[in-house]
Order: sequence, then structure tokens, then C-alpha cells
Amino acid sequence: MTSTTGISIRGLIKSFGGPPVLGGIDLDIAAGERVVFIGPSGTGKSTLLRCINYLDRPDAGVISIGALTVDAARARRADILSLRRRTGFVFQNYALFANMTALGNIMEALLTVQHMPKAEAAARARAVLAETGLSDKADSYPAALSGGQQQRVGIGRAMALGAELLLFDEPTSALDPELAGDVLDLMRRVAEQRRTLLIVTHEMQFAREIADRILFMHSGRIVAQGTPAQILDAPQDARLRRFLARLSG
Amino acid sequence: MPGLDIGYMVGLVPVILGYVPLTLTMASAAMVCALVLAALLAVERVARVPILDPLVMLFISFFRGTPLLVQLFLFYYGLPQMLPLLSRIDGVTAAIMGLTLHFAAYMAESIRAAILGVDRSQWEAARSIGMTPRQMMQRIILPQAARVAAPTLVNYFIDVLKGTSLAFTLGVTEMMGAAQKEAAGSFLYFEAFLVVAVIYWGMVEVLNRGQNAMEAYLGKAHAR
Repeated sequence: MTSTTGISIRGLIKSFGGPPVLGGIDLDIAAGERVVFIGPSGTGKSTLLRCINYLDRPDAGVISIGALTVDAARARRADILSLRRRTGFVFQNYALFANMTALGNIMEALLTVQHMPKAEAAARARAVLAETGLSDKADSYPAALSGGQQQRVGIGRAMALGAELLLFDEPTSALDPELAGDVLDLMRRVAEQRRTLLIVTHEMQFAREIADRILFMHSGRIVAQGTPAQILDAPQDARLRRFLARLSG
Repeated sequence: MPGLDIGYMVGLVPVILGYVPLTLTMASAAMVCALVLAALLAVERVARVPILDPLVMLFISFFRGTPLLVQLFLFYYGLPQMLPLLSRIDGVTAAIMGLTLHFAAYMAESIRAAILGVDRSQWEAARSIGMTPRQMMQRIILPQAARVAAPTLVNYFIDVLKGTSLAFTLGVTEMMGAAQKEAAGSFLYFEAFLVVAVIYWGMVEVLNRGQNAMEAYLGKAHAR
């Protein structure tokens, strides 16, 4: 086992009362690996990311990040909090705290979760904000930011705790194409930092460019995976071929 | 019909104004206590703590479902017969307690609605960065809910202020009680109660102005 943070998932099952949305996911992701999930909507991609963060509690399954292992059968609150502190989550609709400035949003976890002194937290948050290219918006509230700017702050918030594993749930789906560009640029820069990235996206060009590995999900299972070239240029699975054909329409 | 005795009314104004501090004290004390209690009740209603939840629902249902006057009589005249310890409670305290419980029940529902009005994704974002439920409430949800609920809560404060006049029925000499005593001596009931009405009206108007200013301020907040 490596000392840096990868993630290992075994037997992850989730249903919302009906048929399973995740039908037993087994997955190993190496530290620093950049993995993109693609597939038709409703196939469990977002649910998988949400289960890794325990925003949705899995019905069963074991998630290991570094030395931390959380088993859905007996996960307690402390386990779930430590899992969340090791993972950053970026939401499709940004989900910034409306009562806090851009800087405040990034600082919040440092203050409340890491109990960092305020001056230190502010300095650290300013550094993160600089990475997002939004230093001049430090004192702006989310309502005064464009969607792209809000999402960049959202990414900053997810990075602030120093989590090595970042989860992106369709980060550009709510954005106009020209605004999405800034967010994708930031994600490229984040990708260079040797963090482990799990990204759900419909941006195939971006996926091809950034991914070490692409996973294709269908009906709550991973049915194909490989390098971008294998998945996008030489798809073997019939369902994957149909999915790609519809996209290029 | 005899005319209004204007001179009597003018003379009565400073007398009644002398009781305004008592009215404001009762109203403020009841409002502060009711706010704290209402916030706790609202958080419980959102979190739905097992066992506690049905009790809170019962509390809210009872205090919204019965008249304030009946509640005050029940506390002040009724309960001491059951619990002799309570017999030493004076009318002012009983009125504050009654107003607190009554308005906490109403305000809890307003605050609950304001809490649930905070965008669900912000709750998830707070959880995703590892905040505890308590931190999430204190730092993210309640500050935003407070802004939404604030204008409604000022309305409730106006009701609390007017509600203090019922302390008169518990033997407290507040504005209403003082006017009643004066009128009993002069037999000028219309004049006496008209003075009381105008003073209440004036206080409420001041609060309305404050509420408008507050709404303008809250509308601008977080827009930077």
C-alpha cells in the first residue's frame, strides 16, 4: 500500500428505495490519478461521488482513503467527519455560503473544522483564492459573482483543507460555455498539483485532455474503463459506443 | 352627546406615559425569551429529534391553539392551585412567562420556515467540508434564516407589545390598568382609553418605521 492518498472502494451499494442506483462498485484509484466518469444521466455517477463523501450514505460497502477505512455497515459520525475532511467536494450549482464573502467561504473550514487561528486561516485562504485567480473578489459575496467565479471559489473551498482527494460533480454543467472555460482552466492547474481527482463531466474534450483513466458507467455499474484513447477512440462496449455516438450526434 | 374633554386627555398623557417603561420592559423581556425558545424549538422541528419532536409539536399546537388570555389565566390563577410554589409569582412575571410561551410557539414556525428556506445545497456544502450539525446551524443556516425571518419577527414584537396590555387582567398596573383607574375616578372612560390607544399606536408606528429601515438594510446585505 502506498503512503500517499489513493482511494479504494469495495462493494459499494446504494438505492433510494427503488432499484439500486449503485449496484456494487469496486474501484481502486492511485494517488495522484485523474479519473473521469462519463455515462448517460441517471447511471449513478453523481451518486458514487456523493457516497464517497457520505453526502448520501451507502447502503453497503467499504471506502478506504489512505489509512482511513469507513465501512457503511458500522460508520459512525466521527468516521464520516474524518472522511469528509480528507475529501473536497465541488458541486454542480456551486453551493457557496451566501452569507459569507469569497474569502469567507474558503476560510470557513479552516476556522471551524481545523480550528486554525483567524489570521493564519485568512492568510491561507488568500493564497488559495490567488490560485483561483480571484484575489480581487475576496470581499465579494456570492450574489455579486458570476457563475464561473462562484464555481472557482467553490473549488477553492474544496481545496482549502488540503484534501488530496477532490470530487467534482459536473462542475461546469450549470455554466455557459465561455464561463466554463475559466473553471476548466483552474481544474487543469489543480490537476498539476498531484492531487487525486474524481470528475463527473460531460465535457468530452476536457476529459480526453485531463484524464489518466476514463470510466464509463451504465445502470449503476462501471462497464468500461481505460485510457482516453481506449475509451473515446476505440470503444469496445456496445453501450459505450451508443453513448458516444449520441454525444457526437 | 357631550364633547371630548380635551384638557383631561392632555393631562392624562404624562400619567400614562409614565407606564411606558413597564410596558417596554415586559415586551422586551418576553421577546428575548421567546426568541431564544423559538430558535430552539425551530431547530428541533427541523432536526426532528426522536421523543422530543412530538412533545415540541404538542407544545406549539397548544400555545397556538388557545387564546393568550386563557393561557395567562391558566398560569396566574390556575396553576398555583396545582403547584403552590408558583403562587409567589407576581403578575408581571406571569405575564412575561405567558407572552414568552405563546409567542415562542408562533415564532418557532416562522423560524422553521426560514431555516428550511436556506438552499439545500448549502447544507450539503457545509457537511461536505466536515462541519458538525451544530457548526452548520450556527455559522451557515441560522444567520441566513435570521435575515429572512427578521421582518416577521418584528411583526411578532408588535403583537407582544400590544399583548402586554393583558397583564392588566392579572392585576398589573400597566398602561391599561392605569387608564382604568383614572377613568374609574373621573368617569371619562372614552377619553382615558383613547389616550391609551393613541400611545400604543404611536409606539407601533415607531416600530413599523424601524422595520422598513431594517428591510431596506437586509435587502442590500450580501449583495457586494
